[in-house]
Amino acid sequence: MASAESLSARRLEAPRHRRGRRSSLRSWRLRDQVMFVLAWTVGLGLCLVAATFVVFYAVEGIRYLHPSLLFTHPAPAVTQSQSGGFLDPIEGTVILAALGIAIALPVAVTAAVWAVEYGRPRALARIVESSIEIIAGTPDIVLAIFGLALFQLGVFAPFSMGEPGGAYGRSFLAAGAIMSLVALPSVYTATRNGLIATPRQLREASYALGKTHIATIRRVVLPAVRRDIATGSTLGLGRIIGDTAIVLVLLGGTLRIQTESSTPVLGLFRGVGSTLTSFIYDYSPSGDGNQPQKAYAAAFILLLMVLILNWLVGRIARIGGPPLHEERRLGA
Amino acid sequence: MSARERHADAVATGGAPLRVCQNVALSIDKLDFEAELMSLAPVKEPVSRRPAAVPSLATERLRLEDVSVFYGAKPAVKNVSLSIHRGEVLALIGPSGCGKTTLLRTLNRLTELTPSASHSGRILLDGEDIDELVDTELRARVSMVFQQPNPFPMSIFDNVAFALREQSRRRPRRGELEQPVMQALLRAGLHAEVQSELDRSALRLSGGQQQRLCIARAIAMRPEILLMDEPCSALDPRSTSVIEDLIVQLRDDLAIVIVTHNLQQARRVADRVAFMYLGDLVEVGETEEIFTAPCEKQTREYIAGVFG
Repeated sequence: MASAESLSARRLEAPRHRRGRRSSLRSWRLRDQVMFVLAWTVGLGLCLVAATFVVFYAVEGIRYLHPSLLFTHPAPAVTQSQSGGFLDPIEGTVILAALGIAIALPVAVTAAVWAVEYGRPRALARIVESSIEIIAGTPDIVLAIFGLALFQLGVFAPFSMGEPGGAYGRSFLAAGAIMSLVALPSVYTATRNGLIATPRQLREASYALGKTHIATIRRVVLPAVRRDIATGSTLGLGRIIGDTAIVLVLLGGTLRIQTESSTPVLGLFRGVGSTLTSFIYDYSPSGDGNQPQKAYAAAFILLLMVLILNWLVGRIARIGGPPLHEERRLGA
Repeated sequence: MSARERHADAVATGGAPLRVCQNVALSIDKLDFEAELMSLAPVKEPVSRRPAAVPSLATERLRLEDVSVFYGAKPAVKNVSLSIHRGEVLALIGPSGCGKTTLLRTLNRLTELTPSASHSGRILLDGEDIDELVDTELRARVSMVFQQPNPFPMSIFDNVAFALREQSRRRPRRGELEQPVMQALLRAGLHAEVQSELDRSALRLSGGQQQRLCIARAIAMRPEILLMDEPCSALDPRSTSVIEDLIVQLRDDLAIVIVTHNLQQARRVADRVAFMYLGDLVEVGETEEIFTAPCEKQTREYIAGVFG
C-alpha cells in the first residue's frame, strides 16, 4: 500500500525541452532569411518608436506636471505661474466624448443591424455602407467647417448661443454632433463585423424555437455582439478625444467653459469651452499661448487617457470568456 | 538513485493505479449511477434502450405527402411520403448528402432560411398544412435540436426561459418561469448538475451538458414534435449515452425525428427507421425489421457497411 509521502515524492514535472529539433535558420533560403531578419527589425523598430514617444512625454509631462494643474482653471496670462491649470480642458474632453458617443452609439448600432440583418433593397444597403465609408474618410477639418456652416443656420439657434440674424454655431452640442460622425465608423464597423461573425447556428437555434427575426436580433444576436459594440465604442471614444480640428472650429476654443445660461445641463451643452487637444494646440509654440511646458503636461495627460482607453479595448474583448466565434469548450 | 529511492519509486508506481480506482469510485458516487454503468459496460451487440412494449401508434402527428425539396432546380429530397406518430422515435439514416437533414429542416420550415430552397407536396401537422401555419407558431410546436450544441450567450436559466418569454405581449416575471424551467431541466436530465448555478453562463458548460441544455430549451415549450439533427455527433460516448437515454424517456409525450449517421444509435433509440439514399426514401419500417430483414438491396448493403 502506497503512503501519501511516496506518492508525492513521485510528483510529475514538466520536461525542460518542450519542442523537438527544428530546422536551423542557416538551412533556410536566403530570401527567407532576409525576410525573417526584416520582420524582427521592423517589429522591434516600431516598439522603439512607441517607447521613445511614451518616454518623452512621460519625462516632459512629469517634469512640468503638478497635481494642482489638474484642479485649477486655466487663466489667460503670459507667465507660466499665472496661467493656471487645465481643469476646464479635461472637463471639456470628457463632456464632448460623452456627448459624441451618446449620439454615435445608437445610430451606428441601428445602422449596422439594419445593414446586416435586413439590408433590402440591396442598393440602399450599399449606399448606407458607402456613406459610412465617406464619413470615415472625410478629414475632420472638413467635417468641422461643414458643421459650423450648418449650426450657424437660424434653425439650429437653440443648439448654440443665439444671435440676432443667425446662430453663433459653436457649442458642446454642435461639436458633439459632429464628433459623433468621427466615432460612428468605428462603432458601425465593429458592430457589423460582429453581426456577420455571429454563427448561423445561433440564429437558427432561435428560429427553431419559434422566435421572430426581430426577437432573435434583440435577445440573441445583439447580446452576442455586445463586446464588439463595446470595443467599437471605446475606439470611437479614442478618436473623439484625439480630435483637434472640430474642437477648434466648433467648440469655440475658449480656455474656460462658458455656459450659455444658468440652466443646469442645457446651459452647459449650449455653452463653449476647450478640450485637452485644443489646449495643447493653444499652448504649443504654434498657438497663441506659447507655453510649451503646459502643453507637454497636458499632452501627457491626454496620452494617458488614450492609453487607458486602448487598454480598456483589450480588457473588453476578454470579459466573459472566449468570444462566440472562437472555438467553444467541448467535453468535460 | 539510492536503493531507498528506488523502493519509494516502485511503491509509488504500484500505488498509482489504486489512486485512479479511488477516483473512479468517487465519480461514480457523484454522477448518475446508471449512466456510468452504461458507459463502462462493454457493448458488443447494440443494446436496445427501448422498453419491451411498443407504444400505440394510434395518433398520427405529422404526415408527409409526396414531399420534394429543391435547392434551386436541384432536388435534394424526392417524393417522400411518411407519417410520424406520437410516442415514437423515427430515425432517418443514410449516407452523407442523401437529404436527411434537408428533410428534417423542412419539417419546421427552417429550409425557408435558405433563399434558394423550395418544397412541393404537403406536410400536415395534426391535419393542418404547415405552410398555412405562421412560421413562429409552427416552430414552437415542432422544435429542433442541432448537431452542434448551440446555447445562447446568456445564463443557463435564461437559455431555457428563452422560448417561454415573449410568447405573450407581457414579459413574464422570473417567478412565473421558475417552474416550467425547472421542469424542462429535470426532463432533460440536467437539473441535478446545474441547479446551484442557474445564473452562470451556459457557455461554461461541457459539450454534453450544453447539448442537454439545448434539449431542455427545445422541450420547455412542450412542443408536439422534436427534431434532432445528429444530436450526439459532436459528443463523447458518455454524453451520447446520457442523451440516448433521454430520447427514449422523452418519447412518451412527443414524437421524435432523429437524423443519425450512427446505425447503432438508430438501432438503440428508434422505434422505426427510414433509410434514405440520394434523396429517395428507400425503405421505412420497424427498427428490428430494417436491421435484420430489410426488403431493399440498398438498405441491406448500407446496413452491412458496403457503402456509407
